[in-house]
Amino acid sequence: MPESPTLVQRVVRHQLMWPVLALVALLVVNVVATPTFFNIRMQDGHLYGNLVDIVRNSAPVMLVALGMTLVIATRGIDLSVGAIAAIAAAVACTRIVGAADEGAATTAIMACTYALVVCLLLGAWNGFLVSVLGIQPIIATLILMVAGRGISMAITDGQITTVNNSWFSDLASGFVLTLPLAFLVAVGVFLLTALLTRRTALGMLIEAVGINPEASRLAGVRSRTIIWTVYAFAGLCAGIAGLVIAANTNSVNANSLGLWIELDAILAVVIGGTSLAGGRFSLTGTFIGALFIATLARTIPNIGIPSELNYLFKAVVVIAVCLLQSPKARAVFRSRRGGPTVPTGPAAPVPAKAGSVA
Amino acid sequence: MLKKTLIAASAISLSAFALTACGGDSDADSKGGDSDGKITMGFAQVGAESGWRTANTKSIQETAEAEGIDLKFTDAQGKQENQIQAIRSYIQQKVDVIAFSPVVETGWDAVLQEAKAANIPVILTDRAVDSEDTSLYKSFLGSDFVVEGERAGDWLVENAADSDTNGDGKVNVVQLEGTTGAAPAIDRAEGFAEKIAADPTIEVTASQTGDFTRDGGKQVMESFLQSDDTIDVVYAHNDDMGLGAIEAIEAAGKKPGEDIKIITVDAVKDGMTALSEGKINFIVECNPLLGPQLMDLAKKVVDGEEVEARVLTEEGTFTPEQAKEVLADRQY
Repeated sequence: MPESPTLVQRVVRHQLMWPVLALVALLVVNVVATPTFFNIRMQDGHLYGNLVDIVRNSAPVMLVALGMTLVIATRGIDLSVGAIAAIAAAVACTRIVGAADEGAATTAIMACTYALVVCLLLGAWNGFLVSVLGIQPIIATLILMVAGRGISMAITDGQITTVNNSWFSDLASGFVLTLPLAFLVAVGVFLLTALLTRRTALGMLIEAVGINPEASRLAGVRSRTIIWTVYAFAGLCAGIAGLVIAANTNSVNANSLGLWIELDAILAVVIGGTSLAGGRFSLTGTFIGALFIATLARTIPNIGIPSELNYLFKAVVVIAVCLLQSPKARAVFRSRRGGPTVPTGPAAPVPAKAGSVA
Repeated sequence: MLKKTLIAASAISLSAFALTACGGDSDADSKGGDSDGKITMGFAQVGAESGWRTANTKSIQETAEAEGIDLKFTDAQGKQENQIQAIRSYIQQKVDVIAFSPVVETGWDAVLQEAKAANIPVILTDRAVDSEDTSLYKSFLGSDFVVEGERAGDWLVENAADSDTNGDGKVNVVQLEGTTGAAPAIDRAEGFAEKIAADPTIEVTASQTGDFTRDGGKQVMESFLQSDDTIDVVYAHNDDMGLGAIEAIEAAGKKPGEDIKIITVDAVKDGMTALSEGKINFIVECNPLLGPQLMDLAKKVVDGEEVEARVLTEEGTFTPEQAKEVLADRQY
C-alpha cells in the first residue's frame, strides 16, 4: 500500500474541509426548502438572486472578521468593532447631511475618508491600551464597545439620520460588472490582507507574537508595533463595514447599527478554523466563515423559521459546526459508531504552528 | 483582583448614594412644593433609543415648561435598575407626582409600594407594568398597540380589491415583525390578524422579525421577494422596517406602493415622507407627543381628582394625501 495520502484523504484532512462542508450543507437545506434558491437572473443590468444577496450581505461581517482574524492571531480580541462601525456610520452620515452639496460624489468620498481616519485612530487607541499599557484585550476593547455606542449616539443626537447621496448608497447597493460593490470591496480588503500577510513576513510575525509575545520580542520581533498595527487595522475594517451597513439603508441608527457584529465576526473567524488561543490563522477560512454567517441569516426567512425560534436555530447550527470541527468530538463520534472510516492520526488538536496558507 | 473589583464597586455605589443623598438634601431646602402652588414632577424615561423616544422626551419637557410644571427628568439608558434608583430619589425629594415609561413589565411592586407609602401618585406612560395590584398607580397613558394593528387590518380589508396587485384573486401579505417578545410586536400582529380574518382572500403568507430596524426589514424583505413572486402587501410593525422593505422592493425592480402595497405603524418623519411620495400606502399613527395629555393628568391627580385608569393617546391614521398636508409641520 502506498504511504502517501490519497487525494481524498488530503481533502478530508484539509483544514478548510469542515467550514466548506457546513456551507454546502446549509445551501442544500435552502435548495430543498426553495427549489429556485440558486436562480440568478439579470435585473436592471446586474445579477439578482439569493446568492447575490448573500454575498452582498456578507460584506460587513467579512470586513469586520478580517480585522478580527489578525487580532485573534496575536492572541487578542476586539469587542469594540460594532461600536466603531456605528461611529464610522454616524460620522460619515452627519458629515454628508451637513455638507453644502449633499448629493455630490466628493461629499461622499470626503465623509467616508474622514470617518475611516477616525476609525483608524480608535483602533490605534485600542492598540495603545493593549500593547503599551498592557491591559487585557477583552477589557481594553470593552471600554470602547460600551463608550463607542454612546459616542455615536452623541454624534447623531440619538436620532436616525437619513442621507440622500447616491454615491454613498452605491457602496452597499451599487453594482460593478454586474457584481455587488460591497462584496467587491470586502474581497479587495481580503486580497490585500492576504497579500500583505502571506507575501511578506508580516503574517509570520503576527503568528509569532500570538504564540509567544515574550519569546518573539526576545527574538527581535517588535511585538508592540505589530499588536498596535493589528488593532488599528481592525478599527479600519470595522469602519468600512459600518459605512457599508449605513449605505445599505441610507441611514444610521446609532442604537442598532453593527450591534453584536463583533460576535458574528468572532464566530466567522472560529468557523474558519482560526484558534482563539492565537498563532496560526486562516484568512480563507474567515472568508468562508463570513459567507456561512450570511447564508445562515438568509436561511431563517427562507425556510420560514418562526421569529421566536431564530436564536435557537442559529445556536443549534453553530454548535453542530463547532463540534464537526473539533477533532476530539469527531473521534468520539466515530468510536461510538464503531471503527474509524478514515485512518486518523492522533486525535489531539493540531498544535498551533506558524506559516499556513492564506 | 476580586478585592480590587469589590473596592471599586463599593466606591461607585457609595458615590452614587452620596449623589442621591445630596440631591435629596438640596431639594428639601429648595423645594417650595405645594406651598407655592407649583407642581413638581419626577419623570424617569426609558432612554433615547429611537426617533420616536426622542420626540416623546421633547414633548414632555416642552409641555412641562409651558405649563409651569417643575420637571425632574432622568434617562435610564434602557436599564430597569437606573429607573428604580431614579424613582427612589424622586420619593426622597418628595415630588408631587411621579411618571415613568417602564423599561420592562415586571419587578416594579417594591418601589411603587414605597411611592404609595410616601403618598406620591404614579402615572405610567407609553408602556404598562405587569402587576396585580392596580392601586400602585393612578393611570396608564399610552397607545393601544392592538388597536393600531386593528386599524392596519381594517384598511387592508377595505382596500382588499385594490391591494390585489397581481390580480390573482388573493391578497398575499408578508409581515415584518418587531423585536420578538416586545409588546408592540405581539399586539400589532394580534390586532391585524383579527381584522383580516374577516376577508378570506387575505392571507399572511410569511412573517419574520426585522427587529424594528431598517437593516433588519431590508434583509428579511429581500429574502421574501426571492422566494415568493406573488407578494401583494407588506405589513411592517414600524416605519423603519417599512423603509427597509422599500429599498429591497426597489432593488428587485418593483415599484413600492404600486406593485407591492405597504402598510406601517408609527408615522415618524421619514415614514411620512415616503408616504407622501406614494411609496407607503397607509400609516397608523403611534403618537409620541404625550406631553399635553400627561401634564393634564398630572394636574388632576395632584388636585385629588379621579382619573381614568387607562387613558389612550390621541392618534389617527394617514393616507398619502393626508401625509402631504401635515408633513411640513411634523415635529418628529
